[in-house]
Amino acid sequence: MSSIRTNPERLSVLDRPNSYIGKTVPRPNLDRLLQGRGSYVSDLELPRMAHVVFLRSPHAHAKIVNIDVAPAKQMSGVIAVVTGEELAAVITPWVGVLSHLKGLKSAPQSAIAVGRVCWQGEAVAAIVATSRAAAEDAAEHVAVQYEELEAATDMRTALDPATPIIHASLGDNLAFERIHEAGAVDQAFAESDAVVEADFVFGRHTGVTLEPRSVVASWNAAEARLTIHQGTQAPHMVQNIAALHLGLRDSQVRVVCKDVGGSFGIKVHIYADEMATYALAKMLRRPVKFVADRVESFNTDIHARDHRCKGKIGIKRDGTITAFEIDDLTGIGPYSMYPRTSAIEANQVVNLVGGPYSNKNYRARARVVFQNKNVMCQYRAVGHPIACSVTEGLVDLAALEIGMDPVEIRRRNLIADDAYPCTSPSGLRFEQLSHHASLTKIVEMMDYQALRSEQARLRKDGIFRGIGIASFIEVTNPSAAFYGVGGARISSQDGVAVRLDAQGSVICLTSITEQGQGSESLTAQIVGSVLGVSMDRVRVVLGDTDMTPYGGGTWASRGAGIGGEAALQATKVLRQNILDVAAAILQASPAELDIVNNVVVSASDGTPRIDLNELARIVYFRPDTLPPGIQPELMATRHFVPREYPFAFTNGVQAAWVEVDTDTGFVKLLRHWVVEDCGTIINPQLVDEQIRGGVVQGLGAALFEKCIYDDRGQLTNANMADYLVPMSGEMPDIDVGHVVSPTRESELGAKGAGEAGTAGAAAAVTNAVNDALTPFETIITEIPLTPQVILTALKKI
Amino acid sequence: MTAPVAISLSVNGERVEAHVLPRLNLADFLREHLKLTGTHLGCEHGVCGACTVRVGGEIVRSCLMLAVQANDTVVETIEGLSDSGEIADLQAAFRDRNALQCGFCTPGMLMAAQDLLREKRMPARDEIREHLSGNYCRCTGYQAIIDAVETTAQMRMELKV
Repeated sequence: MSSIRTNPERLSVLDRPNSYIGKTVPRPNLDRLLQGRGSYVSDLELPRMAHVVFLRSPHAHAKIVNIDVAPAKQMSGVIAVVTGEELAAVITPWVGVLSHLKGLKSAPQSAIAVGRVCWQGEAVAAIVATSRAAAEDAAEHVAVQYEELEAATDMRTALDPATPIIHASLGDNLAFERIHEAGAVDQAFAESDAVVEADFVFGRHTGVTLEPRSVVASWNAAEARLTIHQGTQAPHMVQNIAALHLGLRDSQVRVVCKDVGGSFGIKVHIYADEMATYALAKMLRRPVKFVADRVESFNTDIHARDHRCKGKIGIKRDGTITAFEIDDLTGIGPYSMYPRTSAIEANQVVNLVGGPYSNKNYRARARVVFQNKNVMCQYRAVGHPIACSVTEGLVDLAALEIGMDPVEIRRRNLIADDAYPCTSPSGLRFEQLSHHASLTKIVEMMDYQALRSEQARLRKDGIFRGIGIASFIEVTNPSAAFYGVGGARISSQDGVAVRLDAQGSVICLTSITEQGQGSESLTAQIVGSVLGVSMDRVRVVLGDTDMTPYGGGTWASRGAGIGGEAALQATKVLRQNILDVAAAILQASPAELDIVNNVVVSASDGTPRIDLNELARIVYFRPDTLPPGIQPELMATRHFVPREYPFAFTNGVQAAWVEVDTDTGFVKLLRHWVVEDCGTIINPQLVDEQIRGGVVQGLGAALFEKCIYDDRGQLTNANMADYLVPMSGEMPDIDVGHVVSPTRESELGAKGAGEAGTAGAAAAVTNAVNDALTPFETIITEIPLTPQVILTALKKI
Repeated sequence: MTAPVAISLSVNGERVEAHVLPRLNLADFLREHLKLTGTHLGCEHGVCGACTVRVGGEIVRSCLMLAVQANDTVVETIEGLSDSGEIADLQAAFRDRNALQCGFCTPGMLMAAQDLLREKRMPARDEIREHLSGNYCRCTGYQAIIDAVETTAQMRMELKV
């Protein structure tokens, strides 16, 4: 193991007096947001700031014959009208591929379309004006002549010879294919007592962050420097990409990210219109602001899921699962996104199917195809909801086939809690999971037997309720294995710098970012606990590439596990440095001293020796009084990245209790339970709220959310009235329990918790709906579970 | 386009005089003219609730109301309710329960919650869920918000405020 707990009697953050670890404390600085006094990019105004509006293609696929910008340029308030060809002189195109995803291909994408548009919503011209209203007025006077081309929209026919190839230079519409085989699959199926197959369909949906994507880019010609204010999860990634394509050095780009109105993976990518905004600021030598409106958000924020997956499971009469086989197909729009690519989700599906179970026979194929729809990419719980729904759907079908209880079949097949470390048939390495402890706990929490009795009793009255169970694994704390090894300049390590200021308070700079998860809180809790100062003395600074250490940011459930460990290690160094200075001042040995409640004390009996405020005063203002040869270092920096395991897997189980109205097709969510294991819990309330928020995002996918395209590639519900999201009235209360298996890769022991809720929610609900509908002998394997889907399955429409 | 129109209204207790284009909505007026950026814009078509403010004591979607319609009215925003202390207990309950994550829905959510608590002293959980069902929150899953509103109602009952 790479990390052994050193000096545990003094430095274990879990055991120190007044530790904040494992305690529910309110997040610092929430009053700013509660009083409407946050700093979101959409609020920002700079001197001479102009507003950009993008004219977007109404066609899914068309040749741009001509763009007449002259009338628009004459409009009041208009500063510039810029086409793709003009902007190409300022910013270079990009190709979203990674070398470790073998065979992944994509075509060059430009900030604004050049010559051709490939999805409805792709920008064809930028209109920059003194106000957004003026720019929108002028946009109506830009005349674009299109020659419509046949659109390839259906992923099922994307590879047919009759389907037009979207990018001729690529030869076909296949972006990526992965085939995986482990064990003896054919033999396992042959030796099974039953083999069950099903086709799973997942609706394309999107993130719907409440604050749309927002950028203010400002070029200072005298400094030759671009400052980008952007709601992003990964400031250093944005810095690198912007610099690369504008022909600048990284040091010429500063990315500032204060408050962000929701992200969920939507704001971890580089979008063409954001690149265009950076380029326009440089071209026009002034600040330019872009805030997507809601229609633009639906048409251009990455979409996710949209998979069709054939699944197959082999089962023995005693409940032993013998094999899993899947064939997954997904359509990603016309380009692989940049720089994380659009092949990751399908790749994750191959990695994760069957993951909780001890079965060793597994065959998988995943194909990723291009289509003339909006781009698809990584969104909260990437691939997990697909893999979990397929796996858990198949397990329930197998249980039904052999007449076994869904809890029992899981008990017989989940990897034993004492079997770790171990490796899955897809090659995932698990350090320590707790499937059985989690299942036992959730069965108790929900009182499974009582619910079964209630279900049976109500069924006699024509009330159809169901229980759904879904075990899952979740990828967290990714190392360089995710992106770095494929050539992406996306940091997998994070850094934290801590500094004691002149009044004994602490300034902490961290490279992880905050979008409301509690990055600031967990960092302050760790720093306060390790150093021995109260949280109100710790100020955390995030989201500024000029100020923080270099790092990845907050995505893939990595903030607490990676950034938190960096904070712990940096603070340990600062603490030792402070004790060294204190020892010199007090003529004591550092080992005799401790820091408790902002005061250096005797380690043996807690007697106060010197206040940190006084120590800092001496160091900063009277260093002449220190003994010769002492140079205090009251600032320390440490970085961390996991090295032993590529990912710190977590696990958990969800359960749903639902009622299906068989006349209307409506599903009522009565209750939802989650037990998960994210290792060390830094702040129980924040973890629980990550789980709950994640579950509700998964419930949206299960019941409501779908981007509905017609066969010409037109998105027909690009507004919040027609695209349904979960609202408070339909959502259930969610009970959250924990099992704690800390990772030994870090001293902190924390794994991620941000995506577990989303990973398993839809699977639990779908299984519950099918359980409710058992008397009707129908199985539904499609989400969202709209009334139409349910009534169709019931043959009522 | 037509000429600017003179309007006069009270915003958070201050008299405001302005000339605005007839097409300007109240949300943009508050944010861009008065720099009261606590009123957020999420959908600009009246669905998400982020722009909820109080006009004449009633909560409205400020993206669906024109600034000229606010002439001669009393408008209160999150900044006003914060400074007057009217919702200090509700804000504290949100903070303690972590009933906000990114915070973008929060001003509108607080406006809608306070509206309910003024109408009904001790609403049931279902009633809280129903009253807030026009305010979209992507982060929390709503339960913490419902808890915080319920806690505030209980505390106000005990304090008889």
